[in-house]
Amino acid sequence: MPVLTRRTFLRGAVAAPTLALGGCDWLGASPTFRDVVLGSGEWLSYRAQRLIGGNALAREFDPSEMSPVFRTNGNANARDEVYQRHLAEGFANWRLAVDGLVERPAGFSLVELKAMPARSQITRHDCVEGWSAIGKWTGTPLAQVLNVVGLRPEARYLVFHCADDFRGTGYYESIDLVDAFHPQTILAWGMNDADLPVGHGAPIRLRVERQLGYKQAKFVMRIEAVSGLAAIGRGKGGFWEDVAGYQWYAGI
Amino acid sequence: MSMAPAVPALPATPRHRLSTRVWHWVNAVTFFVMLMSGLMIFNAHPRLYWGEFGANQDPSWLQIGAVEGRGYLRVGGTSIDTTGVLGARTVGESTVTTAFPGWATLPSTYDLALARAWHLTFAWVFALGFLAFAVASLANRHLVRDLMPRPAEVAPASLWRDVRRHLRLDFAHDGYNPLQKLAYFGVLAVLVPGMILSGLTMSPAMDAAWPWLLDLFGGRQSARSIHFIFASLLVAFLVVHLVMVLLAGPIRSIGAMLTGGRR
Repeated sequence: MPVLTRRTFLRGAVAAPTLALGGCDWLGASPTFRDVVLGSGEWLSYRAQRLIGGNALAREFDPSEMSPVFRTNGNANARDEVYQRHLAEGFANWRLAVDGLVERPAGFSLVELKAMPARSQITRHDCVEGWSAIGKWTGTPLAQVLNVVGLRPEARYLVFHCADDFRGTGYYESIDLVDAFHPQTILAWGMNDADLPVGHGAPIRLRVERQLGYKQAKFVMRIEAVSGLAAIGRGKGGFWEDVAGYQWYAGI
Repeated sequence: MSMAPAVPALPATPRHRLSTRVWHWVNAVTFFVMLMSGLMIFNAHPRLYWGEFGANQDPSWLQIGAVEGRGYLRVGGTSIDTTGVLGARTVGESTVTTAFPGWATLPSTYDLALARAWHLTFAWVFALGFLAFAVASLANRHLVRDLMPRPAEVAPASLWRDVRRHLRLDFAHDGYNPLQKLAYFGVLAVLVPGMILSGLTMSPAMDAAWPWLLDLFGGRQSARSIHFIFASLLVAFLVVHLVMVLLAGPIRSIGAMLTGGRR
């Protein structure tokens, strides 16, 4: 008859979690467990943060609090031929297409975007990996652009199509309309009092200040208003969401 | 024929209330999920900073890394070789250079997205469980009556007496002893709330909704450092907790935490 001695208890205490977590690897590999059980956390966080956060602004910092070096991340350039031609021309002939479920599809040149009332904000950028950097962003509030084109009533999300790619798949991201009309959501064409550098996504990158770095789409070429995300990429709403299972809602 | 007399209900109150027992075993699972998925998240950027910002070019106070296949842990200006455990280890024929080894992380191979899914889902279990336990323990006076150390108990003479009792492995006493109260109260009043709040401070949406979080911890990267330090202290608590269970009689202790036990 097995007797529970201190030695066997200790062995069990060490082995049980290890065995259990081998089971966790197996559970985590199950798409159903991932979507239903682990997906519930993302859903809860999204709903709870929308509820308590409302339209709260992200903290803005003093120039003295900025990072001395703001590292680049993701793609530092876009290989796309069309993009490279625009880059060589100083984006003189570049146009931001805004289409999809909008009343008046339009193209905006960089000069036109810069001619609209601009907003500057010194905010903290948080990478999903854990690091943070504080920089100054200047750009056109997205709400102004949306008011020019007029969203159709069935529009629910905005998809940002980008010039950069990973192994041939163009980058894309999406946000809901709460973030789209948030006062700090801007199409940034300036960074740290200069033109937005190529490494940070020239000519414009999205700033959506209450979410993590991978939502801040760089090299934005086109904004598409859609009613759902199922038809975008593989249906999860963004490049990293589709290829690696990152959370679409990245407020935490 | 008279009816058999009803067996009188046992008047003894249980040693552990149902709320305590349920929360204990939920946490036994949640603790390992949170710890191991947290270590995987740490592996994505194995450096810690103080202040609002912190990235590769900024000075970090702690770093786990690898140079030419040798793992190291650096704290401040002091670096120690940790090859085999932290930073780098040999798996089969190859050298793996993640900060924490696969046996300590969830999942066991690098997957930040999946670790975040585990961590940020079980964070709800952990936080709501703590909230329910805190409300119940304040309502039934468990926290104040049983766990909060009294001034006389934390007087140096009392603590010293309790240290000597522990060293003699003398655990025969009623209720909780002063060192035990300090440990439990420290976990419940400082470490667990601190883990939850420092975790929330790492959320950019929470920082917008509740900007006082940033002031409480002195910035997001400070909150990340404190989250790691508090997690380390909770691991230390768990080790001591398991050792004490072992020394005090594991069958009786575990049985009481399952069935409630008797006072």
